[in-house]
Amino acid sequence: MSDLDMQVDLGGIRMKNPVTVASGTFGYGKEYAELIDVTRLGAITVKGIRLQPWPGNRLPRHVEVPGGMVNAIGLQGPGVAGFVRDYMPFLRTTGVPVIVNIWGTSEEEYAEVARRLSEVEGVSGLELNISCPNVKEGGHAFGTDPQTVASLVAAVRRATRLPLMPKLAPNVPDIRLFVRAAQEAGADALALINTLPAMVIDIETRRPVLANKVGGLSGPAIHPVAVKLVWEAAQVARVPLLAMGGIVDPEQAIEFLIAGASAVAVGTANFIDPTTPLRVLDGIEAYLRRHGMNAVAALTGSLRAE
Amino acid sequence: MMKDVTGRVIGQTPLKAGYWALDVEVPGVAEAAQPGQFVHVRVPGLEPVALRRPFSIYGAQGSVLKLLYKTVGRGTAQMNRLAPGDPMQVIGPLGNGFPLAPQGSPLLVAGGYGVAPLSFLAARLPVRGVALIGGRTADDVLAVADFERLGWTVRVATQDGSLGEAGLVTVPLDRELARLREAGVTPELFACGPDGLLRAVGERAVQTGCRGWLSLDKHMVCGVGACLACVQTLRRADGTEWIGRVCHDGPIFEAREIVW
Repeated sequence: MSDLDMQVDLGGIRMKNPVTVASGTFGYGKEYAELIDVTRLGAITVKGIRLQPWPGNRLPRHVEVPGGMVNAIGLQGPGVAGFVRDYMPFLRTTGVPVIVNIWGTSEEEYAEVARRLSEVEGVSGLELNISCPNVKEGGHAFGTDPQTVASLVAAVRRATRLPLMPKLAPNVPDIRLFVRAAQEAGADALALINTLPAMVIDIETRRPVLANKVGGLSGPAIHPVAVKLVWEAAQVARVPLLAMGGIVDPEQAIEFLIAGASAVAVGTANFIDPTTPLRVLDGIEAYLRRHGMNAVAALTGSLRAE
Repeated sequence: MMKDVTGRVIGQTPLKAGYWALDVEVPGVAEAAQPGQFVHVRVPGLEPVALRRPFSIYGAQGSVLKLLYKTVGRGTAQMNRLAPGDPMQVIGPLGNGFPLAPQGSPLLVAGGYGVAPLSFLAARLPVRGVALIGGRTADDVLAVADFERLGWTVRVATQDGSLGEAGLVTVPLDRELARLREAGVTPELFACGPDGLLRAVGERAVQTGCRGWLSLDKHMVCGVGACLACVQTLRRADGTEWIGRVCHDGPIFEAREIVW
């Protein structure tokens, strides 16, 4: 262990290793604390919260598909005050950086959530959710136009000194426009990708399976899509990238690092095998040793393009 | 405390058409299991990406868990191919379980494979009572002998009249409730089955003024309260509502808690 430098500085979020979990797949950390040693994670990324409690969508909220699942949870959450009261005490005991995924239905709400979380001990960074496909007014509406992204990031930037990491939508014609817009507006890091907008129909009833009709596709099916987007983003990014999308084994995480990511997040695989983030961490370390590398940073962007 | 354990399949027994009992050795999980709790199973052969499947616990003896399932889809079809010795990842025991100190005379109400947790409950309750088992046809009426062997009185109802009396299981339920009322005995209801059955049992618990414990069945993803796929609106004693997670805050709820 000690011979490898696994540390990552994700735009000011100081991680002891490059592995975190994807927002919405790990609750608020304590749900999984009996099943894995959460203190070994590089960071814990918690489920998206807005200013006030939010009930989320009607059921069904998920459906399994080949290669993953489609979900439309709808960002159910306890609001800032509820999150700080009910979940931060446990998260502080872990000693692990806490990344809070935040969202709102207006620039003002995003900024206010950021302002309030800035005063909370133990919050290490903010992941700006501008790409959730499951909430009409929030999230995704902000993420599919570079100018809207720039304006939102700038507004939140003015409200907080916490490391700020917008989470980009994958379904855009050119991800590089969004990378540039976000970093020029003051983003410290970028997270990608969010789920891909998707739909499943029950052919017997001829109705959408999800109550929300559409949802977001996650799981191994989206991994190659994510690798391509991370690779493209890395070509213009001046800030570190947190990559996610379909990691189930160390190999997919290593691909992301080679494509240009500084850190990775395990998402849907947590539901299938909660030990995945730690297996991925062990696997990255084994890979570095096998290839005679002494720092995970050396892997970032090491793709041989020629 | 929940554990994530690699269990080992001991064997499978056919019950009735499409229904199976699977024995799996799961040290550390089986010993801790309480009636009404469930396990979250990773079915081998659905690798690498299939979600886990939740199963209520049909029985537990030593380090062996008994699960009851019906082959309905891809996951249960694959489960049916498991042979003795095959490994099976099991997270459990999960959920809250039934209370084991009833204040009244226990009436168990099961629909279809809803008998599974109630059979386990019948074995662990300190008192005996009446088990009412319903199904669409005789082929959907399971575990009658389990209850009888444990000293429970069993009443069966099928919708097509192919076994026991014809009609919904609420018909013998209402008769049992009337009998207990005349005898001056307070019942306590425990139910597992389709939502329609749970609602009907819940309404009777409220009308009778007795406790009614209902085991909710919702599609789950994580099984541990993280993903919020299996939520249910619930009512506190003071009338305020909240959103609970069936996997974590349930799956057993008292009839008055549930906002249908």
